Amino acid sequence: MAAAVGGVLAVRVSYPVSASDIRRWAIAVYFPDRPPRQYWDAAYAATLPTGGIVAPEEFNPFAWMAAVPEAPAIKPSSTHPDSVEIRLGVPGPGLTFQLNAGMESEYGVWMRPGDVITSVTSLKHYRETAGRLGLMLITTLEDRWTNQAGELVQLAQSTSIRY
Amino acid sequence: MTEPLTVAVGDQIPAFTRTTGLHEWNRYAAVNDEFVSIHMDDEAGRAAGFPSAIGMGRLQWSYVHVMLRSWLPPGGRIRHVRTQLRSPNLKGATVNVSATVTAVREGDGIRTIDLDIMCVDQDGSQLAPGSATVEVPLAS
Repeated sequence: MAAAVGGVLAVRVSYPVSASDIRRWAIAVYFPDRPPRQYWDAAYAATLPTGGIVAPEEFNPFAWMAAVPEAPAIKPSSTHPDSVEIRLGVPGPGLTFQLNAGMESEYGVWMRPGDVITSVTSLKHYRETAGRLGLMLITTLEDRWTNQAGELVQLAQSTSIRY
Repeated sequence: MTEPLTVAVGDQIPAFTRTTGLHEWNRYAAVNDEFVSIHMDDEAGRAAGFPSAIGMGRLQWSYVHVMLRSWLPPGGRIRHVRTQLRSPNLKGATVNVSATVTAVREGDGIRTIDLDIMCVDQDGSQLAPGSATVEVPLAS
């Protein structure tokens, strides 16, 4: 597994981001409050410094489907505890549970309706630690998102715990 | 109100509070394609070692962003956020997200503010400590 560090797990290209995707995301994360007007009123958003509707920073343009997904033959369920290793073509640790341990993101340019986002996900590192539920495997992935102009949208790290 | 253009180190920005359960989690699952058993089913949560189904870490992540956006003026930007998920958001828990200013610097017409972030539940248990950096234009 250690030899797989640095490997690219997935390259995905999103469908064009839509105003509807942005509006629904805002509804979900602000619920039960009404989402801010900037996410659903294009005329109002045009008066703001953003110059129009932009997505909330943490918006995920890859939910449900990607226009260019991973090849189905190597795509396990994202909830499969060995999904990282399956994607990299190496034997996984065979652990039972997987939890999200943390996230870190550096944001670049806004995501706007019509943008097409490319994601390149790679394995950054592994670490073992002892937790209250036993020996745990900590895995950190790096995800670099760029838009159709090649501008950096987000550089993210996500850490999972498997046990 | 503590405004981004006047805050100083040690100031707290307005907190964000949300009582969470299946209504919040199902909506988030619907937009993030996150229909995972431990977020939907108490039995699955108990099988994973928790007393109930648990909320998505990514939704806490969104709540941190919502707090920051609610505070920033038009033209403000979130530049960096980091959170560590330490304890699960149990069903029915009230999540409180707060932030304290740790550094302020200015340059090139931009005020950059660093913050310590803390998500706790109604019992004060730490759910997700972290940090953030935001930028605010000095002149409109």
